[in-house]
Amino acid sequence: MTSVVNDSRVVSRTPARDLPVSGARVISNPCVIIVGAGPAGTRAAETLVAAGLRPIVIDEGQFSGGQIYRRQPTNFTRRHEALYGADAGKARALHDTFDALRDRIDYRPQTLAWTVSEDRLHIVTNGIASVLRFDVLILATGATDRLAPVAGWTLPGCYSLGGAQIALKAQACSIGARPVFLGTGPLLYLVAYQYLKAGVIPAAVLDTAPFTAQLKALPDLAVRPGILARGLMFRMRVWAAGVLIENGVVPIAIDGTEEVAGVRYRAADGAERRVACDAVGMGFHLRSETQLADLAGCAFVFDVETGQWRPEADNDGRTTRAGVYVAGDGARVLGADAAEVAGNLSALAALADLGIEVNMTEVARLRKRMSQLNRFRRGLATAFPWPARLAATSADEVIVCRCEAITAGDIRDAAIAKEAPELNRAKALSRIGMGRCQGRFCGSAAAEILAEARGVSLADVGRLRGQPPIKPLSMGTIKSQDA
Amino acid sequence: MNAADVIIVGGGIMGTSAALFLRRHGKSVILLERGLIGQQASGVNFGNVRRQGRYLHQLPLANRSRAIWEHLSEMVGEDCEFVASGHLRVCYTREQADRLEAYARDARDYGLDLEMISTDALRTRFPYLGREIIAASYDATGGHANPRLTTPALGRAAKRAGADVREQSEVTAAAKVGDDFVVEVASQGELRAPVLLVTAGAWAGKFSAIFGEPVPLGAYGPQMTVTEPLPYRIGPTIGVATQHLHETVYFRQVKRGNIVSGGFARGPASIDTNRATVLPEAILGQMEQLRRVMPGFARVNMIRSWSGIEGYLPDDVPIMASSATTPGLFYAFGFCGAGFQIGPGVGDVMAELIARGTTTTPIAPYGISRLTTLTNAKAAECME
Repeated sequence: MTSVVNDSRVVSRTPARDLPVSGARVISNPCVIIVGAGPAGTRAAETLVAAGLRPIVIDEGQFSGGQIYRRQPTNFTRRHEALYGADAGKARALHDTFDALRDRIDYRPQTLAWTVSEDRLHIVTNGIASVLRFDVLILATGATDRLAPVAGWTLPGCYSLGGAQIALKAQACSIGARPVFLGTGPLLYLVAYQYLKAGVIPAAVLDTAPFTAQLKALPDLAVRPGILARGLMFRMRVWAAGVLIENGVVPIAIDGTEEVAGVRYRAADGAERRVACDAVGMGFHLRSETQLADLAGCAFVFDVETGQWRPEADNDGRTTRAGVYVAGDGARVLGADAAEVAGNLSALAALADLGIEVNMTEVARLRKRMSQLNRFRRGLATAFPWPARLAATSADEVIVCRCEAITAGDIRDAAIAKEAPELNRAKALSRIGMGRCQGRFCGSAAAEILAEARGVSLADVGRLRGQPPIKPLSMGTIKSQDA
Repeated sequence: MNAADVIIVGGGIMGTSAALFLRRHGKSVILLERGLIGQQASGVNFGNVRRQGRYLHQLPLANRSRAIWEHLSEMVGEDCEFVASGHLRVCYTREQADRLEAYARDARDYGLDLEMISTDALRTRFPYLGREIIAASYDATGGHANPRLTTPALGRAAKRAGADVREQSEVTAAAKVGDDFVVEVASQGELRAPVLLVTAGAWAGKFSAIFGEPVPLGAYGPQMTVTEPLPYRIGPTIGVATQHLHETVYFRQVKRGNIVSGGFARGPASIDTNRATVLPEAILGQMEQLRRVMPGFARVNMIRSWSGIEGYLPDDVPIMASSATTPGLFYAFGFCGAGFQIGPGVGDVMAELIARGTTTTPIAPYGISRLTTLTNAKAAECME
């Protein structure tokens, strides 16, 4: 316990428990916490329950399912097939699995895990804060859209791709009557297709990835022929509906005065074009939600393929901190199927580390499956590369940090005139990443701009340090009486 | 050049200000900073530019510093976001109100005019304050500035004034050889100067110990938070005057609209790991205390928290003095979480002391001998 002694400057606390870095820790009745109730969190819980444990499952959402298998409000009646298309079977299986676990886990929906300290997870539910001690913490925190700044992207009517999808999936709403979907990644075509199916004909699908990149990725993507075929099908259907699809575009600006009116871009042939529209759904594949791993003290590594930092973890999800595991897109973006496998694997790793016997044949099978899915991930990274140059070369007046309205020019001023050698210094001097999102959405682009301005590699400018709370926390939060 | 009139160790607000003022005295300066300028206590503190509440013996120094603050942005050529929006100390009890009144009476002799505000007047002038507050004292000349910007700006100003400011330059050894201090910096070799000024904050104890003057310097971290931006409504910096650390909270609203807060507790910090911890329990406790001062806090969101490494001395008073053992050696450290406002003044005074051999601002209470002569047991007792 941390005790704060009044009238004194002495703050005493017991030191972190001395955990062995590897090998089994035999703990009777271990406290296991899973953060996230999406594909990875659900499968982790399933595995732990099967081993006779009763994990606590913390989830920000109102219902389990995560983002990809997000459930609709209880008074909505669309069927799984209507909501999830070809993934209906997987969605149903995951929902059913979770529902069957309900009585055998300590499930806490609508709960924010706002920070981690030593072996305690700090949560808040309905404005009440409490503290949970853990022996094992499995972070299945998922991913969000990865965004890059484009001139005009702060105009009303501009959404992230994920946001555009949630509007449709959860609320049965469209972001506009003639939306443009801009960016790259498998979600770009999926969302366009889903809108089309819902009766909204997109004005255009503008992909920053060149078509050649997608061809180059085919051998890797072909390890999952079914998924590849579906991706191609989405594209074909959108194209067949007469929707303009362009590859290799360079976005110039989202224009409009009061709200979005069009998108200007340079096409692959070098010509400048404009598409009129009333909304934009924009995203550049995904980025992992890694703040809790950061606050837990896990080491991070720079992933050259995606240009992002991620928690250092072994194939089963063990981080550098004993007892802390990462699984699913929150560890590394591999998609929902891989997240389910990673959820199983991380739980098995935790069980093994607790000295509980696990079926090694099953572990071997899951690892093999992961390595196959990992090859597909590589294919996606090749097919839909993050447009690093787009971010790095943003015009000075383009807003990079939407929360604080910090422009690319402000970051360059911090980098050059004020000599910020790395991202946290640039943050201190420019406010980049100091707003509500804490750099989760502007961090990637800010790092590109800083690295370019300093003439150093992206890895050399580092990453924004995590600071609690990981999401805004009401100042009305009160401590639980039983804490 | 690896020689100068003065070598300064530590690029916080004290060191950068001293470098700037030493240049005005015509002294050549090398400023060595182990990390980045203004990265530790100077950069992470609350940003209070307040005189009231300081020990009376510190008011002449605070007054001198306040005069510099008035023109600091012009002096450094960058906006440090200093606003003289007033400083309000509020209290919950009659006893504390009496203390505020006594302080206001005494402070007048030192040139600080404080206005006592009654319960009724508080309700009218500061309607957002909580009903537990019964009295306050107000300093119209108080205010706040942005610590993230101020010290880096002072460092750049010192550089423009000709100081040799070196970041990422950790001192690995220091000794006096003949008339010169010889200071070793990794990959820079030996640096020499007849004068050494130690402004190394929580790390300064390592240097005083080298010269036979160990002091019981502790490292702790402030518990700072900030809200989302809100309409700009709160003028003054507001703090609670109390005998209880947990009630000691303070906040200020910046023009951008965010409310920056601190207090309730100090967290652990380490000069070895370079880490200071934000305690989740302290964040929640701080929120609770802030709601007592301004109930409206309950309806806003906190978006970030931080800490940093501050140096504390057992009697809550800094060291600002020449060494008792080594001629040419000067110290300015251990500001106990209350150094930001007096920072520019400290730099000015230390530069004067070094250049002229004396200073017009009394610093007698801040000698190092008061602590080096303490027995270890007594020091430990003070730390309790």
